[in-house]
Amino acid sequence: MKYSIFSLARAALSGHKNWQPTWRDATPKDRYDVVIIGGGGHGLATAWFLASEYGIRNVAVLEKGWIGSGNAGRNTTIIRSNYGLPGNTGFYELSMKLWERMEQDLNYNSMVSQRGVINLYHSDAQRDAYARRGNTMRINGIDAELLDLAAVKKMIPFLNYDNARFPVQGGLLQRRGGTARHDAVVWGYAHAASGLGVDIIQNCEVTGFIRDANGKVTGVETSRGRIGAGKVGMAVAGSSSRVAAMAGLRLPIESHVLQAFVSEAIKPLIPGVMTFGAGHFYVSQSDKGGLVFGGDIDGYNSYAQRGNMPVMEDVCEGGMALMPMIGRVRLLRQWGGIMDMSMDGSPIIDKTPVDGLYLNAGWCYGGFKATPGSGFVFAHLLARDTPHEEAARFRLDRFRAGAMIDEKGQGAQPNLH
Amino acid sequence: MRIVCPFCGERELGEFTYLGDAKPVRPTAGASEDEVFDYVYLRDNIAGVMSENWYHGGGCRAWLKVTRNTLTHEISAVEPAAGAGAAKVGA
Repeated sequence: MKYSIFSLARAALSGHKNWQPTWRDATPKDRYDVVIIGGGGHGLATAWFLASEYGIRNVAVLEKGWIGSGNAGRNTTIIRSNYGLPGNTGFYELSMKLWERMEQDLNYNSMVSQRGVINLYHSDAQRDAYARRGNTMRINGIDAELLDLAAVKKMIPFLNYDNARFPVQGGLLQRRGGTARHDAVVWGYAHAASGLGVDIIQNCEVTGFIRDANGKVTGVETSRGRIGAGKVGMAVAGSSSRVAAMAGLRLPIESHVLQAFVSEAIKPLIPGVMTFGAGHFYVSQSDKGGLVFGGDIDGYNSYAQRGNMPVMEDVCEGGMALMPMIGRVRLLRQWGGIMDMSMDGSPIIDKTPVDGLYLNAGWCYGGFKATPGSGFVFAHLLARDTPHEEAARFRLDRFRAGAMIDEKGQGAQPNLH
Repeated sequence: MRIVCPFCGERELGEFTYLGDAKPVRPTAGASEDEVFDYVYLRDNIAGVMSENWYHGGGCRAWLKVTRNTLTHEISAVEPAAGAGAAKVGA
């Protein structure tokens, strides 16, 4: 169905009793041209772009649970393109441009809100680093403004400006950054892809790969039977190592838990997204009024989808250092998502050494903002068998080749990124 | 999650630092490029019971080998790791 002002009015006037399901819950066919494993944002976006940009519509998206049950519902909804390294700069800006036209493309309200992202700095060295990053962004046609202390005080007057250890000196602002409604992103892609004929198959867990005599992947074994495929794309962040292992692959990835937090709803306070550069704390306010915030990963391998107390304490301390007045706000919810932490903190979008199997993985804790861009370039790879120019550096063998993309300059250990 | 240090007793997680999978063994000086690449970058990334290195920096500063389930965070064994920590108990 297509949404419009008239369809909304019609549904409202009939007491909201006649809404149709927004996508078809399909049963698997015997064979597809492309099978995408993983019905999260990246998998669904890939299917949508395969159908809409590349004309490949005989596509299935296999989701082991239900749409929105994984990391799509476990993130902090931030979108931005403030990256400084070649490979990242262009890719995240491509993604940002796709966010800006997503609602028109999908005919779905994903509540993209460009309310601004500001990274605060607290030392001269950090100011210089942010100035450099901002300059890199502007050279590449991306908006960035370096704000001094007076400008930050005018924009966010309620911060603690008397912090002797980590005084706020200014910030790097990207006005086009902001937030989007995470559930609506997956629902929107599912809605639009389904409308173009893509089969979205829920409760369908992949249990193995079907290979021919030459080792080429020709399909998948699933909890709902065998499904043949011309090509198979993996977009299963958090479980990439487990699925790749079924094809005999070991990846440069560790799975780690990242916690996020939501407070009770309060009146509008935080204008956009703010990050506390001295610790690792970031916060925005949802349209319902809850403060949505987070910090570091817990720092050890985990598939448990729940975190532990030390990081919870650290995140709350970061928030208190920046805004002491939130100490009286109650924490409403906390959850953990499982991240593919790659060895350099950057994603991997590439063919694998196994013929017919393609990999989209290693998003660390930056996967949400990448959703449309990731789908676009992964669809390009699946359709054309060559990497999209904005994802050409996200190679699987870049560690062996020494072509790492280490945005934080932290070295080859996942729990540092 | 709390870890029972064999030297200090049960302590909270914040005292410890994680050093990753205990399985990879540092290649010898004559190792091939592939062996070094495997050791530095590739991981089994086990979903289940895993043997890990932890450092008790906020306590006795011993290196520990912790056997832990990555699906549940349940710890089934903690022993001194080979080297300095093990030497303390003559292991």
